[in-house]
Amino acid sequence: MKIHIPTPLRVYSNKQDTVSVSAATVGEALDALTAKHPDLKKHLYSDQGKLRSFVNVYLNDEDIRYLPEKNATQVSEKDALSIIPSIAGGTGRPGGRAFGAV
Amino acid sequence: MLKLNEQIYDAIRRHGEETYPYECCGVLLGHSVDGVNEVEDAIRAGNTRTDSAHNRYNIAPQELVRIQRQARERSLDIVGFYHSHTDHPAQWSKTDFAEAHWIGCSYAITAVEKGAAQVTNSFLLTGTSEEDKAFQDEALEVAALETQRC
Repeated sequence: MKIHIPTPLRVYSNKQDTVSVSAATVGEALDALTAKHPDLKKHLYSDQGKLRSFVNVYLNDEDIRYLPEKNATQVSEKDALSIIPSIAGGTGRPGGRAFGAV
Repeated sequence: MLKLNEQIYDAIRRHGEETYPYECCGVLLGHSVDGVNEVEDAIRAGNTRTDSAHNRYNIAPQELVRIQRQARERSLDIVGFYHSHTDHPAQWSKTDFAEAHWIGCSYAITAVEKGAAQVTNSFLLTGTSEEDKAFQDEALEVAALETQRC
């Protein structure tokens, strides 16, 4: 199956935007990815071995965190995993701050 | 450096005006060559922070997956993101920094004051990991569109 790598992590996947792995489950696919490209591991997982909170992994169009069987979900050659770091932000200011006041 | 044409530059600023008083957000597609993020298209995204859209933005990961897929089909990469700050300067905030994870990508911010786009600035997220990332001011080059000759 194919695993799509986002731009910031391609430096750790030999500049490949897509990595092909053989796997029967989501977990096996991610293990195969980090076995091929060990430097990716610390960017995907916390020291406790959990997926970092801002890293999203999608099996086709489904977030693997919400799949009933999570990492044990079966995959086929036609499936694709996408790694997508989150995008968020904003001023975060609590009230109506005056324009120009930094 | 973030390089984009006049049409895209106008489009991201107009997006901020349209969503005022809420923050807009979107994705910049193009190519990254020798430290220059060259934009070929800007894709509007929905701000999912409907609870606090005047001061926060969030792009649903599922929408990003779709945008990344479309980019791949067009042989483009995600090279940056844009959003607006409503009645607030075009400078990155603590929230912007805490929630920025795309190292090597440009984060363009447009200040929208009372519904009118003001300054647009761009910041490059540098570093090698979450632990040493930093925002760096970067030049924003707007190329004029070539006029068509009849």
